[in-house]
Amino acid sequence: MLYRENGQFKTTYRQDQQMLPILQDRIFMALLLLFVFGVAPFIFSDYLFLSILIPFLVLSLAAIGLNLLVGYCGQISLGHAAFMSVGAYAAYNLVLRVPQLNFLVVLILAGLIAALVGLLFGIPSLRIRGLYLAVATLAAQFFVDWTFARVKWFTNYAPSGSVSTATIDIFGWTVDTPVRKYLFLLAVVTVFALVAKNLVRGHMGRAWMAMRDMDVAAEVIGIRPVYAKLTAFGVSSFYVGVAGALWGFVYLGSWEPLAFDINLSLNLLFMIIIGGMGSILGSFFGAFFIVALPILLNQAPEWLGIHLSTAMVSNLEAMIFGSLIIFFLIVEPQGLARLWAIGKEKLRLWPFPH
Amino acid sequence: MTTAGASGGKSIGGVVLDLAGISLAFGGVRALQNVSFDVREHEIRAIIGPNGAGKSSMLNVINGVYHPQEGTVTFNGVKRHDVNTHEAAEQGIARTFQNIALFKGMSVLDNIMTGRNLRMKSGLLAQAIRIGPAEREELQHREAVERIIDFLEIQAYRKTPVGRLPYGLQKRVDLARALAMEPKLLLLDEPMAGMNVEEKQDMCRFILDVNDQFGTTIVLIEHDMGVVMDISDRVVVLDYGKKIGDGTPDEVRGNQAVIDAYLGVSH
Repeated sequence: MLYRENGQFKTTYRQDQQMLPILQDRIFMALLLLFVFGVAPFIFSDYLFLSILIPFLVLSLAAIGLNLLVGYCGQISLGHAAFMSVGAYAAYNLVLRVPQLNFLVVLILAGLIAALVGLLFGIPSLRIRGLYLAVATLAAQFFVDWTFARVKWFTNYAPSGSVSTATIDIFGWTVDTPVRKYLFLLAVVTVFALVAKNLVRGHMGRAWMAMRDMDVAAEVIGIRPVYAKLTAFGVSSFYVGVAGALWGFVYLGSWEPLAFDINLSLNLLFMIIIGGMGSILGSFFGAFFIVALPILLNQAPEWLGIHLSTAMVSNLEAMIFGSLIIFFLIVEPQGLARLWAIGKEKLRLWPFPH
Repeated sequence: MTTAGASGGKSIGGVVLDLAGISLAFGGVRALQNVSFDVREHEIRAIIGPNGAGKSSMLNVINGVYHPQEGTVTFNGVKRHDVNTHEAAEQGIARTFQNIALFKGMSVLDNIMTGRNLRMKSGLLAQAIRIGPAEREELQHREAVERIIDFLEIQAYRKTPVGRLPYGLQKRVDLARALAMEPKLLLLDEPMAGMNVEEKQDMCRFILDVNDQFGTTIVLIEHDMGVVMDISDRVVVLDYGKKIGDGTPDEVRGNQAVIDAYLGVSH
């Protein structure tokens, strides 16, 4: 009953093109932002920040990046963990070799370096598509893994190949406690999500979606496939590169090349499939699902009073996790974002059926 | 649908599109053989012919999807042998598709807005920030698109995903998207295929209105002879990749080669 748009007339195109045209949505978003920035830091436990919220935020950013490419532009990539590792190692080397740089600058530069590598591996997309492109991007994954494992300069000749980072310092504000890490990530992710939303609402986003839906018609309208596909690869890898740098510096702290292997690429892909292809909101849903579900499955037997061996729990976890993914794909192939949209649609009409 | 082809009032200008000696082959299949014809400004030019005559190939040559092995295409005084789709679009050639080629995942409004993409210049960063130049540009093109939405009477479906619209309306959105480019030359590939009588009448009205109000030159392929004879100024007839007739609807109707091609001849 509360969620009605009766009486909200739009008299200009500007009003009609707002990101959240319905008043109740704007109120909800304002309350949500107030809660996550103003209330959550005081009431949540460190455990919640470290094991759920921090990885959730970083992976949301990576999922948004991948979604721009796969969900909006229709180009499949299995190599996005590689672009994350490019971002992470670029940030590591920048901090190591040019210590006077502000971390925010490092973050942007790491993203740009990842974008360049992404562009390079995006070139095959001009000639091949679908599964063939997926295989080509898989090559990026193995090539980048190999490079960081073999070329010692990138890891500063660390004997074990693992690198560790210093504490981040932004204008004298050190990002060391879980709460500060959370707030820093939240700010970065909020800005990047807003930018992504703006991009997909603009003519660039429409060019990407046109390439995805019907490439011949897009070309005839005057959209350059080279430009549309490569910008999608570039912007997507930029996002993922920034996410990689944050994953390394804020979440992991120290890592070895295996931290960014094919499993992470597949996990990112699961996130956007479960969350919803072509939806910024869906990227958040998907990331939360992938981060929170294993933890939930791990803890559930305890809560239910069942005592199982650790090996049993971890096997069960993998099995239930896998079957839930399949279940979700069958029930709602368009992801959680679609369920959210249907829910809102129903709520608008409630309590009437039509 | 009663007004005769040579509609009074509009002034047909000089030649805007001239196709000279176009030959196109796919391997051994010769889709077009030495076809020449021209299109004058503001006219409605129909291309007809039996299935496989090379009509769609002809349109694809005009807007650069196919590259003919021989012959030249002169549009607006610019002679070219080889052109890509992007250049053709920039020159002001738009088209609709035989099998609707709309962007299924997007709303009607977004589909039509893609027609303005060529005119939208704001860069990546401006779009990322959106407030300011990018938003102004967006609103300015939204207005142009709204005029087309009004013109084609699809106001009610603005925010509907195109996949949910019935076939006749999808065809109309396809036309709207092409019109959003403000084309000088509009290529329509079977705009009335699969429509019922009312939808055909509506579409005819829209085509005549576009031609009349915007002065757009139109080249259309159509199988419904009643429609072709009613709305077009001149007709070119293709059969097995060759031109077998060219002239006003009345001339073409009386042409023996055309009658033979459509009805068959006994050997």
